Amino acid sequence: MTTTTVELTGVSHWYGNVVAVNDITLTVGAGVTGLLGPNGAGKTTVLHMMAGFLPPSQGEVRLGGHPSWRNPEIYRQLGLVTERESMPGFLTAWEFVLASAKLHRLADPRQAASRALDIVELGESQHRRISTYSKGMRQRARVAAALVHDPAVLLLDEPFNGMDPRQRLHMMDLLHQMSEEGRTILFSSHILEEVEQLSGTVQVIVAGRLAASGDYRHIRRLMTNRPHVFTIQSSDDRLLATVLMRQESVSGVELEPAGIQVRANDYGTFTRALAKVARDEHVRLIGLQPADESLERVFSYLVAT
Amino acid sequence: MNLTITRITARALLGRKRALLLLPMPALLIGLTLLANGTGVPAADWGPIVLGEMGITVILPLTALIVGSSVLGLEIEDGTITHILAKPLPRREIVLSKLFVAWGVTTLAAAAPLAVAGAIAGGPGLALGLLGGATLGALAYSAVFLAFSLLSRRPVAIGLIYIMLWENLLVRFASGAKVLSVQRYTTATADTISPSELLNATLPGVVAAALAVAVIAAGTMLATMRLRSFALTGETS
Repeated sequence: MTTTTVELTGVSHWYGNVVAVNDITLTVGAGVTGLLGPNGAGKTTVLHMMAGFLPPSQGEVRLGGHPSWRNPEIYRQLGLVTERESMPGFLTAWEFVLASAKLHRLADPRQAASRALDIVELGESQHRRISTYSKGMRQRARVAAALVHDPAVLLLDEPFNGMDPRQRLHMMDLLHQMSEEGRTILFSSHILEEVEQLSGTVQVIVAGRLAASGDYRHIRRLMTNRPHVFTIQSSDDRLLATVLMRQESVSGVELEPAGIQVRANDYGTFTRALAKVARDEHVRLIGLQPADESLERVFSYLVAT
Repeated sequence: MNLTITRITARALLGRKRALLLLPMPALLIGLTLLANGTGVPAADWGPIVLGEMGITVILPLTALIVGSSVLGLEIEDGTITHILAKPLPRREIVLSKLFVAWGVTTLAAAAPLAVAGAIAGGPGLALGLLGGATLGALAYSAVFLAFSLLSRRPVAIGLIYIMLWENLLVRFASGAKVLSVQRYTTATADTISPSELLNATLPGVVAAALAVAVIAAGTMLATMRLRSFALTGETS
């Protein structure tokens, strides 16, 4: 599948005097990307602009090279699942997804609807009215309708809301699979574990601004103003702690039952020095783990700055 | 026009409790006509009140308001409009489909009963005139109220202001206001198709029909323009 990108160039959006999104430039390409941010940061505004449901007050939003705003043609390659859950409850999931297929003017709408419902595992309940569905089932029906035309780009606003753990795993597998097929998938979430499990690539929005963009582990390494924390297990923790304190790249060491915790000012210098120090002191390294490279920690640093 | 949108809209409209609001009005109109006709009083004495003051002035616009403001307005209110808008469809096609449903339902719920009442009061000629006039009026009202539902979050309030203040008050005191009165187009068209003493036409039929067509075109174009620039508002995160 050819990659279709979503590009924002110098995009701002304001509601009256309130600036919701402030001068954001980003590109979302093939694969799964998480759109992260605290509540009220502007995630939904960004998604709505990408999906052509809000005009940028300033800047340009393009999907597959075409402007998103006032351009219904973009929906040929875009599938959208909004956060708002409203659906026509008087329809069955089959009718709802089939209507979507027909509105996309697909060659074989019945076959496309059937395939989409199978993907989200709603086949058995497809002839029940949507009003009788649980929250998770409604969400899956909405995803089926968004997938029915096999879009190259999928935008999902809080897609895991209301899903039980099994359904979440299934949805994650589905998104992974679609990303491997070369689709561009952007999903917003405020649940960091979901983003961590699904994607290494994030776009972090804080107070309407793009705070960081890219692989969150890489983002962490670029935060030179915060010491990197490592947990190390070795054959002689006390000796290793002593010699590590002599290193300029180390700002602190703590001895703990599970090993030693080292705070390093410089990621590159420390990781290079560690091996040399251990070899010189005849200390065998058993384990070395970055202790603050989790998305949660990276996110907390970004939100705090 | 799009059959899928038409079908879903009709099901949404006729499946809601709001559709029940449409039943008492035609029943009342036909019931009152039968009652008045049964008294033996000449139709000239009660016809203008029952057919004109009640049928054309109240029942037709109120029915069109309930229906016309619902076909798109309710979807905008509950957010289901995004399911239709996120499709590669010309916005004109969506508006025309919605307008068609609003027109059809209003015709069935108001124009047809008006024709039945006309048949009872004045025979098949009057019935035909009322059917023609009210069908045109139903389309014009639907286009206006559909446009209101895209112009404001309170289309029913604006529609009521139009019916009550413009059509029933202003038109009486400022005769120029009648050029923008769908009620006057309806009466004039009905009277042109089948001239009757029971109808009180104040506009020439051709002028009324031309103005009605202009209002329908303007309402449809305005609604299409607004839908093209439809922005999702509400919760943001």
